Order: sequence, then C-alpha cells, then structure tokens
Amino acid sequence: MQRFINDPDFVVDDTVRGFVKAHGDLVKLGENPKVVAYAEAPIRGKVGVVTGGGSGHEPAFIGYVGRNMLDAVAVGEIFSSPTAKSFYDAMKIADGGRGVVCLYGNYAGDNMNVKMAVKLAAKDGLEVLTVVANDDVCSAPPSQREKRRGVAGEILMWKCGAAKAALGGSAKEVQAVAQKAIDNSRSIGVGLGPCTLPAVGHPNFSIAAGTMEVGIGHHGEPGARVEPLKTAAEVGRDMAKAVLDDHDLPAGTEVAVLISGLGATPTNELYMLNDAIEDEVRGRGLRIARTYVGNFFTSLEMVGATLTIMALDKELKELLAVAVACPAPL
Amino acid sequence: MQAFSNAGGGDIVLAIAQRIVENRAYLSDIDGLIGDGDHGVNMAKGFWLAAERLRGEPQSLAASLATLGDVLMTEIGGSMGPLYGMMFSGFAEALDGVEEIDAAAFERMLRHGLEEVQSIGDAKVGDKTLIDAFAPALQAFSATAAKGGDFAAALDALIVAAERGRDSTVDLVAKIGRAARLGERSRGVLDPGATSCAIILRSLAEGAKTKLDASTPHTSPHTSSEAQP
Repeated sequence: MQRFINDPDFVVDDTVRGFVKAHGDLVKLGENPKVVAYAEAPIRGKVGVVTGGGSGHEPAFIGYVGRNMLDAVAVGEIFSSPTAKSFYDAMKIADGGRGVVCLYGNYAGDNMNVKMAVKLAAKDGLEVLTVVANDDVCSAPPSQREKRRGVAGEILMWKCGAAKAALGGSAKEVQAVAQKAIDNSRSIGVGLGPCTLPAVGHPNFSIAAGTMEVGIGHHGEPGARVEPLKTAAEVGRDMAKAVLDDHDLPAGTEVAVLISGLGATPTNELYMLNDAIEDEVRGRGLRIARTYVGNFFTSLEMVGATLTIMALDKELKELLAVAVACPAPL
Repeated sequence: MQAFSNAGGGDIVLAIAQRIVENRAYLSDIDGLIGDGDHGVNMAKGFWLAAERLRGEPQSLAASLATLGDVLMTEIGGSMGPLYGMMFSGFAEALDGVEEIDAAAFERMLRHGLEEVQSIGDAKVGDKTLIDAFAPALQAFSATAAKGGDFAAALDALIVAAERGRDSTVDLVAKIGRAARLGERSRGVLDPGATSCAIILRSLAEGAKTKLDASTPHTSPHTSSEAQP
C-alpha cells in the first residue's frame, strides 16, 4: 500500500486539520475536534442543518458545510459512524434558535448515535428532527425501502434541505423537503476495485480482475451481482436502467443526475458513463434539468462510480438552484 | 456466601482492556471477512483510551466500568461504541452502591447491561451479533446460580455459554448491521461482535473468579476485621 499517511490511527484528525486550514474562509473546527461547522454558524433565526458520517468519503461529509449548505458535520473514523457526542455537539453548534434538522444515511451505527444524540439534545431543550437517507436501490428490494442504505443521494437531500433552511423554512418544512428529496432519489454503485482502510493495511474485499460488482455499497458492501466488466456505454446504460426501473417516473418528468467517482476512477470515465446515462434517461422521455459529474462522495481509493437520479418538482428544482459556497465542488 | 468487594475490583476492567488490545489484529481480521475490517482497531483504541484513564488510580469495579462505558460512548462511535458503551454503563449502574458483589449482584449487573444494549439496538438471539454470546451467557449464569451452584461455578457456566454462543454465529446469516447486506454470504464465519463479547465476558468472569479465590480463606470478607480485638 502506497499512501500518504502519518499514524494510521490518526488519519481522520490529520485530514480534518488540513481541511480546516484549506477552507478557513468557509469552515471552522468545533470545540470538539470531530465537528466541522460553517464559519458563521450558528445563524440566528435559521434552522440548523447538520449531518455526520464516517470519514473516507471526502469531499463528503465535511465538504458540504458552507453558506446555504450544512451548518455542521459530525466526523467519524474511517467508514465508522461519529459518536453520539459528536452528533450532539454538531447539533448544538448549528442551533440558531429555530431548531435543528439532522439529515443522515441509513447505517446501523449512525442510526444509534443519532438517536442517542437527539435524546441528549432534548435534555437541553433542543428539538432535533431527522431524515434518514435510503436511496441505494441494490441494498434491499423496493418493498423494504426502510432497509436501504443512504449513498450519494444524501448530497441532493442536504442541498435541498439546507436551501430550504436558508430561505427561512421552519424545521418541519426543512424536514419535509429533505424527506421529499430523498424519496425522489435513487442510486446505484458499480465497483471495479476495492479500497483499503489505512489502519487495516490491506483491502477488505476483492473484485476479481475482469469483473465488476453491480450494486456495491460505499464501504464495499457486496452488490446485487458480479458480472464480467463491460464497456462504459453498457455500464452507464445498465446503471441508468437499474435506477429508473426502481422509480417509475412518468414521461416528461424533470430529473437531476449526479454521477460520482468512488475515489480512484478518472473523471473522464465518469463523463463516458454520463454519455450513455443521458441517452438512457432521455430515451425514457425524461428531461434532465441538471447534471453533476465529479468526485462528490468517494470511498477512499475504490475504483468505480455511483449514479443518483432525483425526480424534480418545482420546489426541488428551485432549491437546487440556490447558490452555495462550500468546499465540495457543488 | 461467595462474594468479592466492589472497591477492589477495578483491575478487572484493566484486564478486559488488555485482552481486547491483544486481540486487535484478530478481531479486525475476522471483521474483514464480513465487515470493514476495523472492529479490532476501533475496539482496541477505545479500550486502550479507557485503560489509560484508569491506570495508576485504583478504583472500584463500578467506577471503572463507568469510565470504560463513558469512553466507548464518547470516543468510539460506529455501532460498537454505543452498544458496548451502553453495556458497560449498564453494568456500572447496576453495581453502583453495592459493596460486596455476590452472584445475585453479578446477575443483576449482567441483566441490566443486556437490557441497555437492547434498548438501543434491535438485535435478537440468532441475528449474528454480540447478543448471541451475551444472552446465553447470562442465561447460563442465572440457571447455574438458581440450581444452587456457587458463584464460581456460575462464572464457569457463563464462559462456556458465551463461547458456545460465539461459535453458534458461524452458522448464522447476519440479520442486522453491515454484515446483514451480505445475506447468505455472511454464513460460515464468526461474528466479530459476538467474538469480542465472548472475550470480554471470559475476561470479566475470570477476573471475578480470581477475586473470589483471593477472598475464600474467609467465610465472609468482613470476618477477619470483625475478629480483631
């Protein structure tokens, strides 16, 4: 393993320190060094919007802190949920007096830690509403949507929820629009190569040469199937099909498309995927209002990509258009 | 009646921490088969931090368990931080104010710890989690004590049941947590949480047995002082 590392046990601390140095105009470190907050947080009279998750997904989650974006993020170890205390500290630092909404992904650890943090906050008289993202179509069948993992659809959920808060929405309104955003989103990942946790030192799963794992999770959770590696055009089309087949959208629906690399896939390949994805989406009579291509939600140095498609209505389209300033290239 | 003093029991927690730190690589390796491969790393970090906080100042078993629970809950995160945090905080709560820990107090401790774990997690026996080691261990301890077995015999039964429970997870399909996404592919390997739980319970029971042995020359821990003129 050739990596830029100091002490493998402290990669997250080192990452966050460097991140705050790079983006000091937009972000600040909390008293708890596992909390990154918007430089101006808390904003009086605005609903605080927070999230949290394991590290190793940069620019997620910390990169989405900023103006008209998230107010605070709880930072976990690599691929590991932040502590309940960090979630709680993030909620407190984001509290501008109108309540806080925590928008996070559906993982066992995050569910437990958020639940405990919400209880801690309630003891302080701070009401925290939550929305849990479950956009990954391959992690459970449609009938068990509550079991699905949250992946890159979280970014669109944060964007819409944070924009609603910036426009003066109440906590309930922010929660409702974030829920709508994630309900309207579907994602799929395809993995071509594994990733290695620095403290472990070797890949924790394998993908055989010449194959790809369709439906892989953000931590290497196994996908729906392993197939021979296909061309970019075929993979892009298959990804779009899997996502759209799960989400029966009437012709004419406007959508946002988000394609993210998983860490070690060249950006040009993401554009090659988009070439086929757009054709498939348009071929179904859908209209593309916005396309995002880049590394938005990675998994260390995993080779692969994810596709998220969100169906838009007037409100979501307007919220996506709200200008933001955050370290991630949104 | 067999018992040991709460006040002198803090080093049991240091011994548990040492066993977890020793098993850092092993726990990560088995986690790598069905999880992220970081179970040992995260556990060792938390238990090591707690041991650092406890070392040098002899504390009661209850106070040491409370420190361990607090460190796991505030420093570790993931799903193991809250689960083991609640378990050890639950142990500590049940022992708070207890001077002499006998089999009944030990059983209350185990039971409260299990209740606390189950208050935040949804796992049941058979879901391939730490509950598969913990629940049968408590049951075996209670059954042995209820049948008139002494404290030490109940502790032996606890160790055997915890490890049998751990081994039972090999044949189980994970129903909860990250390994659950594997479905059938999670069958055939140990559950890392059940494995660390069995290590913790063995170490806890062995620590208690050592304390009992140390207090056996006396029929009651108070006898010697009471006998003094």
